[in-house]
Amino acid sequence: CYLYDEVSSLAPVNDLMHGHCCSLYNNILQQKNEYVGEHGHTTWLPPVRKIKQQISTDPTLTPKYPHILGIPEFTRRATQLALGKDSPAIVESRVFGIQTVGCTGAVRLGAELLRSFVAHVFISLSFLEDSLAGTFKAAGIEDVQYYRYWDAESNGVCVENMVLDLENAPEQCVVVLFAPGHRPTGAELSQEDWKRVAEVMKRQLFAFFLMSAQGLCSGSLEQDAWPVRHCVSLGLELLCAQSFSHNFGLYGERVGHLLCVLKQNLLAVQSQAEKLVQTLWSCPPMEGARVVATVLSNPAHLADCVKAIAERCMLIRERLRERLRLLGGPWQWDHIIKPGGLYCCFGLNTQQVDYLVQKKHIYLLPNGCLNVSAINSRNLDYVAESIHQALSSKL
Amino acid sequence: MAPTVMATSVAFPQAAPVAVFKLTADFREDQNPSKVNLGVGAYRTDEGQPWVLPVVRKVEKMIADDHSLNHEYLPILGLPEFRSSSSKIALGEDSPAIKDTRVGAVQCLGGTGALKIGAEFLRRWYNGTDNTKTPVYVSAPTWENHNAVFSNAGFEDIRPYKYWDAGKRGLDLEGFLGDLESAPDHSIFVLHACAHNPTGTDPTQDQWKQIADVMKQKSLFAFFDSAYQGFASGNLDKDAWAVRYFVSQGFELFCAQSFSKNFGLYNERVGNLTVVAKDQDNLNRVLSQMEKIVRITWSNPPSQGARLVAITLNTPELFAEWKDNVKTMADRVLLMRAQLKEKLKALGTPGTWEHITEQIGMFSFTGLNPKQVEYLVKEKHIYLMASGRINMCGLTTKNIDYVAESINEAVTTVQ
Repeated sequence: CYLYDEVSSLAPVNDLMHGHCCSLYNNILQQKNEYVGEHGHTTWLPPVRKIKQQISTDPTLTPKYPHILGIPEFTRRATQLALGKDSPAIVESRVFGIQTVGCTGAVRLGAELLRSFVAHVFISLSFLEDSLAGTFKAAGIEDVQYYRYWDAESNGVCVENMVLDLENAPEQCVVVLFAPGHRPTGAELSQEDWKRVAEVMKRQLFAFFLMSAQGLCSGSLEQDAWPVRHCVSLGLELLCAQSFSHNFGLYGERVGHLLCVLKQNLLAVQSQAEKLVQTLWSCPPMEGARVVATVLSNPAHLADCVKAIAERCMLIRERLRERLRLLGGPWQWDHIIKPGGLYCCFGLNTQQVDYLVQKKHIYLLPNGCLNVSAINSRNLDYVAESIHQALSSKL
Repeated sequence: MAPTVMATSVAFPQAAPVAVFKLTADFREDQNPSKVNLGVGAYRTDEGQPWVLPVVRKVEKMIADDHSLNHEYLPILGLPEFRSSSSKIALGEDSPAIKDTRVGAVQCLGGTGALKIGAEFLRRWYNGTDNTKTPVYVSAPTWENHNAVFSNAGFEDIRPYKYWDAGKRGLDLEGFLGDLESAPDHSIFVLHACAHNPTGTDPTQDQWKQIADVMKQKSLFAFFDSAYQGFASGNLDKDAWAVRYFVSQGFELFCAQSFSKNFGLYNERVGNLTVVAKDQDNLNRVLSQMEKIVRITWSNPPSQGARLVAITLNTPELFAEWKDNVKTMADRVLLMRAQLKEKLKALGTPGTWEHITEQIGMFSFTGLNPKQVEYLVKEKHIYLMASGRINMCGLTTKNIDYVAESINEAVTTVQ
């Protein structure tokens, strides 16, 4: 008998978003999720290799099951990184952290923690066939709704629409908010916008921040964490899923962190988290977290590196804007340099994106969003010209 | 004033601590110099220390010094060379199922992760599209996390099947077969591939044949949990006999493999869910659905441990060295079993102690009752599970006399 008769055949998962090997050669631009350097490959933060070598020869590191919630040094430092050492939440012992399997693991665990008292989740409307909604549903929060975010007219965020949608959100709703680095648009809220959003959140909405690239957007670790810290300063309870993939280049190691800021009942929540972790992965993998914990013992290292990455991304944006401007046409390009970080949105339509894929071998994310780090001195002209052609041609 | 949404204590009762971790915590706090930890399930050397396998150290260094490795996300299903070599370990290099291209795998976060993905798949797709009511059977007793993993995956009906016969201190085959017979058709059975946790009692080959017969008749699903391959007898093929037998009988099955114990890679969470399907088409469909499940659980798995295992399994000299390391661990456990039994017999300890050497793997169900266990913990500072389960790896040449004497005391003075 065929056991899995019901299993429907699936088109292969869109692997462009969960990138395979980055092959950047000749005229092919392949979009992926990772930050790639000028040479077209992902790299570790400079101290990483040395630390990994030290780990591999350290006789005091013994094989044993890690703590269910992860390495204490890692969670402590990841928490400090997100909230700032002097955060009132830390000082008042209202926060704990859990080492997770990447950002996805953090979201999944957070959703499982929330499911017993949250019935709805609000996610930013995005053109991406994203797994975010699926993650919440799998955790048991079935009702997924969307708030408006990207505005094609202004090529940025329309905060009016966003706030309106949040104000109309049902009770018992968790709202997924993107600390700088929204995927795939890269579009950001200003600090004033965040203040407005935070006011709405105060009224019975629960904030679940995704902070996947702290430091890479503005170049400053503190500035990128500002939305989270602001909400904490207002006394809000929140969860924050952090990833150390982009800012450390540790993609394959799956280093994530779930930050829990509460008012009380910390131990009860912690014990429930332990129970849930045991049904997911028992305990998290050590290698990557050890590296991160070591680097974070001297955060200046990280600060310098992310600044360099952010500056490179900004430089690429500026050069791209300049090329496009020189190629002429009625289009405006200032929105390319407005946000920082990895992602940028051109607002191309389906035909234009198709044209770029089929005719020019440039693989963009839906709606013409782009991971700017994949652009370098070798392909900049080609990319700019191709985008120009896509917009100019009668498609 | 911001609302206290999460802190509603109604939603968050304090969870009871997990017994085995509490045991270790209590052991740590104990100041008595003679204390012995026979609780947690990890290998220890004769010095009572964790052991980094020499081959692991070697490969770790190779990886750290390799500048050519890329650091990107692994594919969702994991490192291909890890998946295929791991499945070969479970099913045998010459497995007909592998030759028929109907074997696939998913790299997972340890054995737990493999169980998780398998469970999530079965709940969605096994027999119809909603298996929340499909019974899942776990042995009585079993690893305490089995229940939680299947329950959290959405299965509402998790039942025990008879397994341990406390009276004769062995397998309750009749009870086991009886539960198989009376199970609703298409029920899911979680089977321990070898070195049953916590009893250390495995069916013989003949008994496995009887079990397989009933399972085939009733279309019961075999979900193997294989956490101790190589560790049990010291021989990889011997420890995989049951899984391979089922495959040879035409079963479609899952095998959740863990490399925590046999590689000592507890902390890198290296697991593999091997899938044996009817044919390649079915296999591909299953894997594509599992990919969807992985995406919303952890997206893609960690590279370090898988790389290490893949390099070891795929390099002949390293593979040989690994098998040797595994045998070292298995041999030490066998030695401790033999010595403990001998000492108990020499002391004239009441009862039979054959089961100490008949059982296999890391654990032994001593048959001590809760009062006797309490005596050992409180009076003798010997920490073991209330069920009477001991981890043989906790025994060393230095403490075995003390442990044997203490067990003797417990059995003779406490009823």
